[in-house]
Parts: sequence; structure tokens; C-alpha cells
Amino acid sequence: MGAIGAGIAALGAGIGVGLIGSKAMDAIARQPEAVNDIRANMILTAALVEGAALFAIVVGLLAG
Amino acid sequence: MSNKPIIRIALTLFISILGMNLAWANEEETPGKYDPVGTVMNHISDANEFHIWKGVHIPLPCFLYAPGEPTKKWTFLSSGKFEHGHKAIDRYVINHGRVNRIADASFPMGEVHIEGVHGKEEMQLVKGKEKEVEVFYAHYQGKEYKLEKPSTLDGGMMGGGITSFYDFSITKNVFTMMLAALLLILIFSSVRNGYRKNEGKAPSGIQSFFEPFFVFIRDEVAKPNIGLKHYERFMPFILTLFFFILFCNLLGLMPFFPGGANVTGNLAVTFVLAVFAFVITNINGNRHYWQHIFWMPGIPAWVKTILTPVEVLGLVIKPFSLMIRLFANISAGHIIILSLIGLIFVFGENGTSFGGGVVGAIVGGAFTAFMNLIELLVAFLQAFVFSMLTASYIGAAVEDGHHDHHDEAHHAH
Repeated sequence: MGAIGAGIAALGAGIGVGLIGSKAMDAIARQPEAVNDIRANMILTAALVEGAALFAIVVGLLAG
Repeated sequence: MSNKPIIRIALTLFISILGMNLAWANEEETPGKYDPVGTVMNHISDANEFHIWKGVHIPLPCFLYAPGEPTKKWTFLSSGKFEHGHKAIDRYVINHGRVNRIADASFPMGEVHIEGVHGKEEMQLVKGKEKEVEVFYAHYQGKEYKLEKPSTLDGGMMGGGITSFYDFSITKNVFTMMLAALLLILIFSSVRNGYRKNEGKAPSGIQSFFEPFFVFIRDEVAKPNIGLKHYERFMPFILTLFFFILFCNLLGLMPFFPGGANVTGNLAVTFVLAVFAFVITNINGNRHYWQHIFWMPGIPAWVKTILTPVEVLGLVIKPFSLMIRLFANISAGHIIILSLIGLIFVFGENGTSFGGGVVGAIVGGAFTAFMNLIELLVAFLQAFVFSMLTASYIGAAVEDGHHDHHDEAHHAH
């Protein structure tokens, strides 16, 4: 059960990080001069999304 | 012609990473079936000794405290004295690198030779469910004495838990943290001397290697998140966080002696870092910050009754997520690398199938080299993310009342 839950969480985080990456690429294409700001914010948001998945993984580990 | 040295360096790196990881994995002592989960969990948890090679260990000092013991509460010794599970001292034995205590009070105190420590699969009731749990026994004069779990304060997430004794030892993780602190002191005193010597001039030597980090943290982390007015006050804290986490991460990636400890993948370590972030954020919180938590202005009162509990919870959840994020990222990286190395033993059927072992070594080794490079990125990224988020929490706490945050961030560039 824990493994299934972790898998679903990874799915959600994958979609989330994918969306962040795609929007960041769009933004960089629109405004290449803002690439540094966009990159920093992209990494930060990706870390926040990934945090949710990691919470789920920890819960999955605990549930065994 | 020009790219030849690069290829050579890359190949050398690849082969040395492969070789070191093989050495790292080649530690399985107990013959019989290979237990991938147990091996991985054993490698990512803390230990009271450094395991170098089959029989080669570097002992570490142990400070053990048993509050329930009437005569001898404290035991100080080197973990080498346990002779790898063949000796019990004051009812303590070493089991898979961790100091455990024999639960049975009838076991004699002092130095006692034992036949060994062995694990057994037993059915136990865990959280209302029957589960197979490995329980360890010390063999002494034909009898079996049950061992307690190792003593950890992380609630037993990675094995262990609160037991009848407290382990204040300089463990593998503590040693690596001290090493990281020592490295930081040595490197940054030299950097400081560089800034004194080259005042107003271009940086030189090791100083020029670290200056981009300082500038990056100042311009990309502290200034936009904390604001131009307050950022200088918090620079020492943010820089210390960044470099301490970075050094611990990088030491953890080294698969040989001074490294190899999963420091930032230990819940207790990340907990302390998160507590620092929590305390520093909240003692610096100004009137606006507390007002926005307890009685947010400009919204109807009934919404406030919902928002206030959420905001108060948010005070704790923010550092809690810092703690879990760092712990889970670094632990996950170590688990993946160890699992890939474990493929060698799974394919090789623990030494019985040579061909399978070779296939496992090629596949597992290649993926491990790849994962090591990803983990190198993660080591920097997680240090950056931790300091970045801490800076943004501090920024929210010290921000002036009606100040436009985005405007300020814009000016910083």
C-alpha cells in the first residue's frame, strides 16, 4: 500500500514539475532577458512541489 | 585533440566512482541470502564506527548513559573494544555498527566475551498488525539474550527509537558534522585573510573560488527575499546554513572514509537546522508579521476565525517542511545509489552467479555513476533551496508594513 501511495504521489509531483518547467520555458521564450529570475523561481517552486511528493514518500515509508 | 583530456578525466572519474561504490557495497558480512532493504537501511542510518572494508573498521568514541542502571550510569569507551560483536561491555554490544543494549538485567555487567550477535525473523504486533520483524539476540554461554533497538531520538523512523539508554556517542554522523565544521573554519579563515589582504583588489586563491557563492547568496537569495534594509543582518546565518548543508551533502556523497555518512539525511540533524530557522524567523518577527498571523487586517471577522488557526499552524509547518524536504531528498538519493549497487548482489545471487554479477556491476555501476552526478546537483540545489526558503520566511517576518515586495526584489537587480 505504501508503495502504491508513493507512486501516486510521484505521479502528481511529476505533473506539477512538468507544468512548472513548461511554463518557465514559455516565459523564457517570451522574455529571454529575465532568464535568471525565472530560473531561480522555477527551482524554488519545483522544490516546493517536490516537497509534497516527499511528504507522501515519508508517509509511505512509515505505512510500510 | 582538445577534447581528449576531458574524455580521459571523465573515464577516470567513472571508473573510480564505480570502483569506490563496489568497495562500498562489498561490506555484507553475513553469509546467506542477500537482504537489499536491510542493507540499504543499515547504510543510510547512523553508526558507532566507520566500516571501511570487510574486517576493517575505524572505531569511534562512545558515551553511553543508562538512567535505569543503579550503579554505573555512564559508560565511556571506544567502539573498537566491542570486537565487532564478540564482546559485551556493561551489557552493551555492537550490532551492525550500532551500539545496542541487552534487555535482560540478569546479563553480567563489565567486559564479557560473547559468541556473537544474530538476528531472527519474528512475528510481532506492530501498530495492530502482525508483522515480520528482525529481532537480534546475543549468544552467551548457550543462552540467547534479546537486544534492545539502537537509541535514536528521531522516533524510530530509520530503525531505533527511545530505549533504556541514551547514546551520546560521537557517531559517524557527529564525526562528519565536526569534520564539516572544521573544514568550514579552515577554509573560511583563509578566505577571510584573503579579503583582508586583497582589500579593494581582485580576489586570489581559494577566495576567488568562494566569492561567486557569496555574491550569489547575497544577490539571489538574501537581497530579493529579505529586502535591502534588513538583509545584511541575516547574511551570516544564511551563508552558514548554505555552506554547512552543502559541505555535509558533499561529504555524504563521498563513498570512502571521511565521508559516507548520511548527515543531512538524518531527521535529527535537519530537525535542528529547521529549529534554528524557526527561532530566528520568529524572534525577528515584527508587529506586522504577528498581526498577519493572529488578526489579519482587511478581511471579515468570520474569515479570520478560519485563517488564524491556519496561519498559526503555518508557523510550524514551514520549518517542518524544511526538515522533511532536506531529509527526504538526501536519504532518497542515498537509497537509490545503494539500491543500484545492490543490483550487483541481486543479479549475482549473492556470489553464486558470476555472470549475473558482472551484468549487475555494469548496469548498476553505470546507473550509479549517473545518479552520483545527479546527487551532486541535488547537493547544491538542496543547500540553495533550504537557505532560499529560510530567507523568504525571514523576509516575511521582517518586512515593513505597506511595502511592495516585488518592487523591492526588482530594485535588487
